[in-house]
Amino acid sequence: MPKELWKGNEAIAEAAVRAGLEAYFGYPITPQTEILEYLSRRMPELGRAFVQAESELGAINMVYGAACTGVRVMSSSSSPGISLMMEGLSYIAGTEIPAVLVNVMRGGPGLGNIAPAQSDYNQAVRGGGHGDYPRIVLAPASVQEAIDLTTLSFDLAEKYRMITMIILDGSTGQMMEPAEMTALSEPKRKNFEWATNGAMNRERRILSSIYLNPLDEEKTNLRMLKNWKNVQANEVRYKEYFLEDAKYVIVGFGTAGRVALSAVREARAQGIKVGLLRPITVSPFPYEALDQLTSQAEAFLVAEMNMGQMLDDVLLTVRGRVPVEFYGRPGGVVPFHNEILDEIHRIATGPVTVQTDPRESWLTRMYGNLKIAVP
Amino acid sequence: MTTENLVYERPEAFTEMPTHYCPGCTHGVAHRLVAEVLDEMGIVDKTIGVAPVGCAVFAYNYFDTDFVEAPHGRAPAMATGVKRVLPDRVVFTYQGDGDLASIGMGEIVHAAARGENITVIFINNANYGMTGGQMAPTTLPGMKTSSSQSGRDVETQGYPIKVSEMLSTLEGVGYCARRSLHDPKNIRLAKKAIRTAFETQVRGLGFSMVELLSTCPTNWGMTPVNALKFVEERMIPAYPLGDYKISDAIKQIKV
Amino acid sequence: MAAKGWIEVSDTYCKGCELCISACPQGVMELNMAHLTPKGYHPAHTFKDGCTGCAICAVVCPDAAITVYREMTKAVAATAAPA
Repeated sequence: MPKELWKGNEAIAEAAVRAGLEAYFGYPITPQTEILEYLSRRMPELGRAFVQAESELGAINMVYGAACTGVRVMSSSSSPGISLMMEGLSYIAGTEIPAVLVNVMRGGPGLGNIAPAQSDYNQAVRGGGHGDYPRIVLAPASVQEAIDLTTLSFDLAEKYRMITMIILDGSTGQMMEPAEMTALSEPKRKNFEWATNGAMNRERRILSSIYLNPLDEEKTNLRMLKNWKNVQANEVRYKEYFLEDAKYVIVGFGTAGRVALSAVREARAQGIKVGLLRPITVSPFPYEALDQLTSQAEAFLVAEMNMGQMLDDVLLTVRGRVPVEFYGRPGGVVPFHNEILDEIHRIATGPVTVQTDPRESWLTRMYGNLKIAVP
Repeated sequence: MTTENLVYERPEAFTEMPTHYCPGCTHGVAHRLVAEVLDEMGIVDKTIGVAPVGCAVFAYNYFDTDFVEAPHGRAPAMATGVKRVLPDRVVFTYQGDGDLASIGMGEIVHAAARGENITVIFINNANYGMTGGQMAPTTLPGMKTSSSQSGRDVETQGYPIKVSEMLSTLEGVGYCARRSLHDPKNIRLAKKAIRTAFETQVRGLGFSMVELLSTCPTNWGMTPVNALKFVEERMIPAYPLGDYKISDAIKQIKV
Repeated sequence: MAAKGWIEVSDTYCKGCELCISACPQGVMELNMAHLTPKGYHPAHTFKDGCTGCAICAVVCPDAAITVYREMTKAVAATAAPA
């Protein structure tokens, strides 16, 4: 396919259609509304299901119902709307059925704003809803990657009977970039042995997240963990940039990773041996790749558009062997590449130690940089 | 000359499992009527039920159809999801008054407004049964429950919600009726309404709901027989029986 | 001549709620105090003749515990329909 100019949100919508999306249920919220708008036109055109729900609660439970029948189904929202969907997500997880959910994250907490942010990392990768459950979380950094990961998300969701979330922010969602769209194919209904689609010529089926006997629920939890171990073993995805000889390693996902790459390129031009590890699956997190880098790196820098959420995963992996520094812009602020470049210079000229609390030292620097009074 | 005839037996649409309902609770009657209708219409193998949260949470154990289990109040949304991708199947929700008229009010109103081609069986027993008899949106003024211990005070706890009356104002609703399960005659009328509701769906005539006045002997603190009297004497005056909405096309259906 | 009927009450399902007893038009039902179901209920039964097989007990039964039979002439059988 030739490259076309695609807006991120619309590209995700069309890629989902082309991956065989049979039903979409959503609710308007900035900055993801283009997905809903696009599919309101596109799905009926193809004779597929589209409902603008009464709320995110309605939308996610429509997803839950459609997912029970074994078709490819998706919803999308942005941070406050995703919070509302957490109930349904927990039920979908507990029922062990596939569903795809897109979160075009915005500044929070609360109503926050509509600017790009990555502050729902913890909500996405740690769960968000109640109960113990794993989920796959993909973090695209470009429109092309958003298309590719949307296609992948349906395969992963079905393969592991698991929620697959795509997290991005309004900058990737709303910018236009040249990208190659996938080919349109007719949805093929797979005859899943668990789907509740009418008990014609077979035993009837029940899909539920209830395990009233705690021993049964415990077994279910363990089964989900075993399944998750397979995901961890087989589905970790990340991208490495300039890491072969890197002394300093930046870790950043999505837009922050993309901005960091510009900073890395500039630093390289200045002769600084710095590289970038950009997790694509933030869940499962690329612990192993990061772990291997601890033997070559003199320091890590975690760059995020939040107050340090993935930072905890990096700290867990590095376990004090190498200094970890942090630079974040929370609240809907996208860092400029020169801010990250400044951080690279700061780390390269040292000293950085493993004793420093990366979040606290960042906070001190932030008050200085922003010239605001320390409360 | 005589012959032996079977007059009545347990519906085939039921599984063998005995229900968990308290003795005399008319949830069981409502279940049985739905099962009889599914049998009579021959639609067991194309029906997908949506169970609620509340006393009927285990409804999926009793019907021999595919079943899914919804979060509290979300059954109409879940049913929408099922029906939109499988329009040739029969999809019904079975919900109590806490589920439908309180936490799930948004989902039921909008499913009805969209004219979702689903059937809703709505059990109104004026309290939250499963959690031990708390006040529901349908609790009668002055009625004692475990969370309105001096009787529901409308000044501070508001007035009952009349769901059938409310939903009948919506264009998307094809059929909306209130029936009672307190005596044989009314049970027969209730069954007829349930049949009409499912026929509405099978014919694609829009949203259908039957509200059933039902008993909760345990939480009302009554014998099952006295609970039936309570329905007749106290609930029916507050929740009048009848067809609240029946479109012209549905009127033509002979049940 | 009134139709002659009889019922079978399932020990598995009957919970002794007595709704059938109060609904029976012939007044021929009561709880069987000499018998307990596996769940510990005294189940309903007919304690005297007079059951017509009208099936009203089955109509009000919340547990679908009652099977109803009726002995009738062929002419009646052809027109009789269950509840």
